[in-house]
Amino acid sequence: MINEIISMNGYGAYVWSAFSFTLISFTALYFVTKLQLSKEQKKFAYKFGTLNVEKARAARSQNINREILSNTSNI
Amino acid sequence: MLKSFEPNKIFAVTSRAPKYVLFLFIVVLTIGLTEALILSPEDYKQSDAVRIMYVHVPAAWISLGIFSSLALLSVGSFIFKNKNFALIAKSLAPSGLVFNIIALVTGSIWGKPTWGTWWAWDARITSMLILVLFYVMYLLAWRIYEDKEQVIKVTSLIAILGVVNVPIIKFSVDWWNTLHQPASINILSTNIAIHTSMLIPLGIMTAAFALFSLLIFLMKYNTELIKVKNKGLDRL
Repeated sequence: MINEIISMNGYGAYVWSAFSFTLISFTALYFVTKLQLSKEQKKFAYKFGTLNVEKARAARSQNINREILSNTSNI
Repeated sequence: MLKSFEPNKIFAVTSRAPKYVLFLFIVVLTIGLTEALILSPEDYKQSDAVRIMYVHVPAAWISLGIFSSLALLSVGSFIFKNKNFALIAKSLAPSGLVFNIIALVTGSIWGKPTWGTWWAWDARITSMLILVLFYVMYLLAWRIYEDKEQVIKVTSLIAILGVVNVPIIKFSVDWWNTLHQPASINILSTNIAIHTSMLIPLGIMTAAFALFSLLIFLMKYNTELIKVKNKGLDRL
C-alpha cells in the first residue's frame, strides 16, 4: 500500500515533486508574510513607547492603535 | 456602505481572523490531500500523473481570480476615490503571484510525463507566463514609486492592462491549437466533463487554496494597515 502511494505507478517523482513544490511555496509565503507582520508590529510598539504621555494618550484614543498594541503584546 | 469597511472599523476583525482561517485551511488541506493523493482514482490514460491536476488547476484558477480582483479594485479605487481598495489589491497580489508560479511549475512537471516535454510555447502556457510578468510589474511598482497618488495610478494601470490577458488565458484553448485540452468545467454550464470522484477532490483542494489566499491576504492587509499607523505615529 505504502509502496503504491510512493511509486504512483511510476509517476511518483512527478506527483510528489509537484505537491512538494506547492507545499514548500505555501510555507515560505506564510512565514515571510508573518515575519513582515511581526516586524511592523514591533516597530509600532517601539514608536509608541517613545511617545510622551500626551501623544500616547492621543494615539490610544484610536481603537485601531489599541488593537495593534494588544496584538503586539501577544508576539 | 463603504464606510463600514473602513480600516479603523474592520481591523478588529482582520487582526483576529488569521488564526481561525489558518486552522480551517489546515483541516481542509488535510482532507484535500488525502482525497487527491490516496482516495481519488487514477486516470485511464494518464494513470497517477493526473493527481498533479489537484494542485495545478486550483492554483491557476486562484491566480486568475486574484488578478481579476486587482483590476476590479483598481477600477473601484478610481470611481469611489477610496484608497482602501488599493490597499486591499496590494495585499492580494503576493499570493496571486505565488499561485501563478505554482501553476506554471506544476504544469511543467505534469507536461513531462503527459506531453513528453517540460515546456512548450503553447498559447495557454505563454499567456500564463505573461500574467506572471504583470504580477511582478504590479508588485515592483509598489516598491519603486514612493508618491501615494502616483503608485495608485501606475499599479491600477498595470492591473487594468493585465486583466485583458485573463480572457485570453481562459479562451486560448478554444481560439488556438494548444497542447492543453478544452475546459472540463464551465461555471456557466451544467455540462461537466469530469467524473465526481475527481471533481470532489478538485473542489476541496480549490477551497483549501482559496482559504490560504485569504489567510495571506489578511496577514498582508494587517501589515499594510500597521505601516500606515506607523507613519501616523511619526506625524503626532
